[in-house]
Amino acid sequence: MGTIRDMIAPFDFFQPATVDDALALLSEHGDDAWVLAGGLDSFDWFKDRIKRPKVVVDLGVIESLSAISESGDGLEIGAMASLTSIVNHARIRADYPLLTTAAEHVATPQIRNQGTLGGNVSQDTRCWYYRSGWPCYRAGGNTCYAAAPQAMNREHCILGASRCVAVSPSDTAPALFALDATMVVRHGRRERVIDAEDFFIGPSTDITRMTILEAGDLLTSIRIPAQWAGARVYYEKVRDRGSWDFALESVAAAFRMDGDMVADARVVVNGVAPYPVRLEAVERSIIGSRASEDLAIGAGEVAIQGVRSLRHNDYKVPMMRNLVKRAVRSVVA
Amino acid sequence: MALIGQDIAPPDLVAKITGRAKYAEDFRAEGMVFCKMLLSPMPHARVRRIDASKALRMEGVIDILTADDVPASEAPREPILSNEPLYEGAPILAVAAVDETTAAAAIEAIDVDLEPLPFVLDPLESLRPGGPDAHEQGNYASRGEWQSVKWTEQDFADAGNHMPRGEALMEWEKGDVEAAFAQADHIVEETIVHQSITHHPMEPRSTMAYWQNGKVYCHTSTQSVARTRVSLAGTLDMDPEDVVLVSEFCGGGFGSKIAGTTHMAVPALFSRKIGRPVMLRVTRYEENYIGRARPGFQCWVKMGVRTDGKVTAIDLFLVQDSGPHGASDWNTAGMIADLTYTPESMRFRAMPIYTNTPPKAAQRGPGGAQIISMLEPILDKAARAAGVDRLEMRLLNAPDADVTFGPNETTLTSVHAKEALRQGAALFGWAEKSALSGTRVGSKASGVGIGLSPYTAGSRGFDGLVLIKPDGKLYVHQGIGNLGTHSIADTARAAADVLGLEWDDVEVVWGNTAQQLPWSSVQAGSQTTHAHTRANHAAGLDAKRKCQEVAARALGGAADDYDVGGGRVFRRGRRGSGLTLAQVAERAIEYGGRFDGHELPESIHTVTTVAAGNLAGQGLLGVAKDEFGGEGAIYSWVVGFARVEVDLETGDVEVMDYTAVTDCGTVLHPRSLGAQVFGGSIQGMGMAMTQRWVFDPKWGVSFAKRFYTARPPGILDVPLDLKWGAVGIADPQSPVGAKGIGEPPVGAGAAAITTAVADALGGNCLCRTPLTPDVILADIEGRRGFGRLEQHVG
Repeated sequence: MGTIRDMIAPFDFFQPATVDDALALLSEHGDDAWVLAGGLDSFDWFKDRIKRPKVVVDLGVIESLSAISESGDGLEIGAMASLTSIVNHARIRADYPLLTTAAEHVATPQIRNQGTLGGNVSQDTRCWYYRSGWPCYRAGGNTCYAAAPQAMNREHCILGASRCVAVSPSDTAPALFALDATMVVRHGRRERVIDAEDFFIGPSTDITRMTILEAGDLLTSIRIPAQWAGARVYYEKVRDRGSWDFALESVAAAFRMDGDMVADARVVVNGVAPYPVRLEAVERSIIGSRASEDLAIGAGEVAIQGVRSLRHNDYKVPMMRNLVKRAVRSVVA
Repeated sequence: MALIGQDIAPPDLVAKITGRAKYAEDFRAEGMVFCKMLLSPMPHARVRRIDASKALRMEGVIDILTADDVPASEAPREPILSNEPLYEGAPILAVAAVDETTAAAAIEAIDVDLEPLPFVLDPLESLRPGGPDAHEQGNYASRGEWQSVKWTEQDFADAGNHMPRGEALMEWEKGDVEAAFAQADHIVEETIVHQSITHHPMEPRSTMAYWQNGKVYCHTSTQSVARTRVSLAGTLDMDPEDVVLVSEFCGGGFGSKIAGTTHMAVPALFSRKIGRPVMLRVTRYEENYIGRARPGFQCWVKMGVRTDGKVTAIDLFLVQDSGPHGASDWNTAGMIADLTYTPESMRFRAMPIYTNTPPKAAQRGPGGAQIISMLEPILDKAARAAGVDRLEMRLLNAPDADVTFGPNETTLTSVHAKEALRQGAALFGWAEKSALSGTRVGSKASGVGIGLSPYTAGSRGFDGLVLIKPDGKLYVHQGIGNLGTHSIADTARAAADVLGLEWDDVEVVWGNTAQQLPWSSVQAGSQTTHAHTRANHAAGLDAKRKCQEVAARALGGAADDYDVGGGRVFRRGRRGSGLTLAQVAERAIEYGGRFDGHELPESIHTVTTVAAGNLAGQGLLGVAKDEFGGEGAIYSWVVGFARVEVDLETGDVEVMDYTAVTDCGTVLHPRSLGAQVFGGSIQGMGMAMTQRWVFDPKWGVSFAKRFYTARPPGILDVPLDLKWGAVGIADPQSPVGAKGIGEPPVGAGAAAITTAVADALGGNCLCRTPLTPDVILADIEGRRGFGRLEQHVG
């Protein structure tokens, strides 16, 4: 019954040299295997002895997985590309500065050196009840402690709750949504290409997972189509501590402008739901209209329709409204 | 040229930078085993039964140490291990095994049957009629007398939107407060919540201990050394001479490791029990629980001012979250409020109430930092009401040399707060920057703030011990600790300067009581700089006099015919004559008696007598107690100025620039002083802006137990534009003139932020910390936030 934290329990450790070798190991070990990318989410779980995989498959020596290359008219970013390498990549910065900025906002320089894009989108939620090892719905139990009447839930969701009220912690995911990115997932010999929006799942689909990835699956790369290259973009992350923190909320947006008219748009927020949320109603409210302060204010109001705050996160509602307003305001001449 | 006032490289620098410095957990001893502790999962419980049979059968597990194996302690004193844990994380037992992995697995295999007991996290809840008490005996104790203090329903009902105020446990008053309020031109009244926050030193409180021939050898992480040895000896009921304590490097303490730590006794006792060296490596997770925290305050305050801005009356009622074992921050808070604003009359009431949250202890500027952080924005509110510039407000109310304060009419040795304010205002550019107050660019509002923060900065009467050996060098023995402040080197220079030595001719001996260390102050309360420049100056004078006497005896004439400097004792006016210090050391050994330590003065502490006696015969010994005397309390001051931008659409606060100026007497070491001023200020900024302490009220367990959830500030959180300065006026009561600096910058950094944020919000003092985006945005938008008095949220 005694609880020990900050000491990793033993496991078998594999460092496959190729993707095929990694897939073979995942296939062989099934539910016992854990895929290790940068380790920033994984090691927290391991150190706390809450997740105790028998087998850990480290992708760190598979060189091909950290490549960033041209793909058709867009880019293909290996799942193991470090966040720093994304921040420093000239083509990404030139064509998809939304992703550069999002990656730049992750944690600290040291964590960005170690953290990967694949890991950033695959990481688990940071709900502190769940991360403390409480037997909640997400952990396979039968309650949500964070939604209890007295619970400490200022960082929890205002949208998309379904028994669980945790939020997605990814800083890069909303940018990938806005850029219409796709995720390349291998399982054995089979390869699937999934829209970023479909990669993330909510608790109503499966309360124990944040993404579609299941045992045996391997996210190998993320493709960015040319569609939004050179678009007007906006990214903002609000956090408690500037140097190192998960988002309270973030917004990522891309705009195609026709003069001062919004020709097309993607507006995505994170930190408000168990998954990043693309705000299609907001997009509809601005596409075809002249960008103006009034349009921005209206977009903010549309954004918060249907939200529902918990005891301590009511501030998230005006924060979301204002972030969406600011995103649209960024294209006002 | 005197060493004092120059930048020097401290003697531990290379070891630290290269990683060769050995901290407590880096030591190994023959046959050493590891122990892990089992921590309470509940905030208050009683152990009904411990079943360790499965763990003890595991291969590699050696033994278990329970509360029954350690010296008993009477509540509210903190036990080493306990069968009635009083907070989540309280150590119940420890297990030793051949390696740490096995010890951890053994802890997980132990069943402890716990009976949950009522608990309380918020002292105001404990004061409600029928509210729970943290201890079964009550919620307050003084000299063994327990009370279950409750206020009435009426007290709570009368409070309205303010903090309830019932009968006070502690109270003092000077002047007639009610009369003063009746005559005040403006009155401000506020309710304040200052959170508790963990200390978070980089090095956790790890310890390794072993026994040989009846002596215990202990490697630990502690702020002090000579005093920690005595403290450990007390815990083990031993003669201090049978304790060898080693702590050459300490990765920070901030008040949480003053004379060692409660749990340094675990490896010492375990090692005695099993006859093998025992290492306790404390993890970050454990440090969060057993590593101490600054007590939070809930306060009600009323301040009356005249039209010209003079504070005429302060009425301050403070409720303190004392944790399970108490803290005295409340007392300092009242003293410092009186000192900083010099009201003509003041009433101070306080309720230090036990709670089932992790133990509290002094944290850098204890009591002062919290109250300055919270009262400075209220002073600003009064200034706005009176229409007085905020800098002028402080210049008007800050004390002069004739100040008396607190219930005992305490006086000061020196005070130059007004000079610090003026110098700081010039360096910061108050005149230009205060014009930005409340201005808007887009959604961002600018605010400027000032925090003036005093704290105690010295003590008197400790011993200095120096030795000039036949190698011609001066060995300065330091019983103080080495927690990153350079005190071991900086205070040694007081002895070196008396003898006119170069820094290369000085060796500092520290960190190991086997090396013979004198009786010293605890390295806390910013005492060391003041206390040990004096003590080392005294030892230096003793050594100098003995050098003169040795020369007179060896070369003829009178002692006063000789002077000391440049590594020689020489006839006055003839620097090349006389003896080298190496020769003097040889002669001192030859002459024996008081010259080489075979005869010692009676005034020194017995700890010093033993240490000096063990050095006898090795050279010329200088040893003396600081008998320079003095009257009044020793206080240093820091004023912080900050400019912030508050984003009114997100609640985000950015610190744009910060300037701090200190009055800490003579500057010993400019570079080190700057580091202290900035380091403390940044700690204060984190306290005001980001750092938190969060508990689930239903289960009584904490969440802000990782760096990323607790959010202490990092270097990337502060602006590049940091400036500092020092008034540099010597304290007239010390022969060296230096006062301490560790504590006061925290309140200055914190208050510069709380005042600047309030300024950006048009003078709206949110009166709680931390000022995170949710708190600010909820207030701007009129959204539901935390309750006005809610503690431990965020």
